[in-house]
Amino acid sequence: MPVFAQIINMLAALFLLVAFAMLTQRRIVHLINLYALQGAILAFSIIAVAYGTHQQSLYFSAALNALLKVVVIPMILHRLVRRLRIAWDRESLLRAPTLLLTGLVLNIFAFNTALPIEQLAGTVNRDTFAIALSSVLLSLLMMIVRKTAITQVLGFLSLENGLIFAATSVTYGMPMMIELGIALDVIVGVFILGVFFFHIREEFDSLDLHNLDRLGD
Amino acid sequence: MTPWIFLIPLAGALFLAVYGDRPWAFAANTAFSAATFAAAAMMTAHLLAHGPFAALHDQVFVNPLNAFFADLTAFVTLTTSIFSRAYMRIESHTGRLNPRRLRLYHSMFQMFALTMLIALLTNNIGILWVAMEGATLSTALLVSLYRTPASLEAAWKYFILCGVGIALALFGTIMVYFAAHALVGGQASLLWTNLDRIRAHLDPAIVGVAFAFLLLGYGTKVGLVPVHNWLPDAHAEGPTPISAVLSGLLLNVALYAVVRFKKLADGSLHSRWPNHLMMAFGLLSVLVAAFSLARQRDIKRLFSYSSIEHMGLATFAFGMGGPLANFAALLHMTVHSLTKSSLFFSSGHIAQKTGTQDIDQIGGLLGRNPAMGWALLLGSLAILGMPPFGVFTSEFLILTVTIHKELWALPFLGVGLAVAFAALFGRTQSMVFGETRIPKAPAPPSLWPSFLHLALVLLLGLSIPAILSAWYTAAARLLIH
Repeated sequence: MPVFAQIINMLAALFLLVAFAMLTQRRIVHLINLYALQGAILAFSIIAVAYGTHQQSLYFSAALNALLKVVVIPMILHRLVRRLRIAWDRESLLRAPTLLLTGLVLNIFAFNTALPIEQLAGTVNRDTFAIALSSVLLSLLMMIVRKTAITQVLGFLSLENGLIFAATSVTYGMPMMIELGIALDVIVGVFILGVFFFHIREEFDSLDLHNLDRLGD
Repeated sequence: MTPWIFLIPLAGALFLAVYGDRPWAFAANTAFSAATFAAAAMMTAHLLAHGPFAALHDQVFVNPLNAFFADLTAFVTLTTSIFSRAYMRIESHTGRLNPRRLRLYHSMFQMFALTMLIALLTNNIGILWVAMEGATLSTALLVSLYRTPASLEAAWKYFILCGVGIALALFGTIMVYFAAHALVGGQASLLWTNLDRIRAHLDPAIVGVAFAFLLLGYGTKVGLVPVHNWLPDAHAEGPTPISAVLSGLLLNVALYAVVRFKKLADGSLHSRWPNHLMMAFGLLSVLVAAFSLARQRDIKRLFSYSSIEHMGLATFAFGMGGPLANFAALLHMTVHSLTKSSLFFSSGHIAQKTGTQDIDQIGGLLGRNPAMGWALLLGSLAILGMPPFGVFTSEFLILTVTIHKELWALPFLGVGLAVAFAALFGRTQSMVFGETRIPKAPAPPSLWPSFLHLALVLLLGLSIPAILSAWYTAAARLLIH
């Protein structure tokens, strides 16, 4: 196995580790840093793939992802947290050990589902597809169990990281135009969420989502 | 020529972001929508004269199927902008909207129209995804425009649930790209024209996974049960013109995406499970929505649940497949779109004039405010599928195909439609008849867009013009071949 492929596998393992760490981290500032770290791992693994396959366009994709997920979005989120003075998330629905065990079960499920698809891919980093799928599921789990608006958003953003990782592992990423479109949607989405936070805070004095549970059917 | 249909609403969005709070901005909004409609008409004329065509380096492809949806979108956007002129002017006079919110509203109204038109006309499934997400983003802040606690909750739910839905759809899109990548390669493997051509050779394992994700993802935006929770809140809490376009148009666009992908799945899988899955989602939506209707106390939530029911019915019809079922589903989407926006126009005026959306407090509309009463009564009869309105024709066709092809589903559909009828008719009756407690509206409402839509639905029910019928047939055939 060439060195860059081993590096890709190691980065993928780190990517999954960060996804697990995000699942249980309750300090918001650390959670944002973990998100930035995940973005950095994503960017590095795209660079490794670009180096291994000599695809120039992947360097742009790596730069775009790094700029967005390591610099811009974490910066916006940190400013929001400071201005809204939120430090801790509330207790999640499940305790940490239960949460991690549930995560493991999802992992096994993802690896089994991904197996036939991986075999069809002709990419050097196809083994990482299972990890991408696991981290997508872990992010979904995080969105379900977390109770404040900002942690749900971080779950959503890390879900998007997982999707980009999946795209890189089976097809060396989407065409540039689409990646730009996705990046545009994500950045606009984060801005709108920032606006939302202030509105929610103004109206309810907290970002706790149990306030947002009045509309029945 | 084709770029105009995108450039006009884009220009409108930018222009109104700056000048959207001027007294003439209401009319400017209508003018931009009218120009977009004219561009859509020109595009259609070209289609009818020369047949399907590609434009903008193959990134746009116009065929009878998406042109029909684009025309419907441009038309309902135009009539909604006319309604919005009267409605939003009153809202801003009563002080519910400050200039900043008015600019946001007008700008995002145009942006929303733009994203829907891109989603429909693009030939690229990646752009389709970007535009669908753009449609959520442009309307999220409009749902919470009034900043009430309920509207903030609705907007949050809308944003997060549709966000997750759309993320699943992105996964599905990546999988389709992956399947096609091996056969076509590069950017070209994202184009509908190529995908439709090679669909028989796409790997069934990948396309199967992809379709499951795409159905769940875009299905969230169609409002299919069990991923419908956001819909009644989002459609009920925003300003009424937005409710009308969300219910009347965005649901159609999302369902359009689902059926295009279903065609790929049909070609690749040689199995009927995508059909069964769509029928199951559709039936479940019809039943759950019908039983929820009876519990509604809010006039706009009532009609939102009715949207879930009707989109469920259309999804079920597409699930059955075949030329006639597809024809019926397309017709159903058209008449639902027209009738539902008409109902939102009238219920918006009713809520505005009576100062409440609570059904129990609205009564005797026919006595004091006959125009609003008739618009609501006729609209409700139309949406319930009473002859001679067009909804009757499409529901009758869907039931006929059900009897021939999927007899087992008939009792479920029958129960759903009957329960919906009883619930919705009972609610409407209490609003239009009886003693009134509310004063006569100070000024007569401008409800002609509402009556115009109902007249069109009536026309479609009495006899479908030959040209339209040929068009529907061509569009329905495109979903198979």
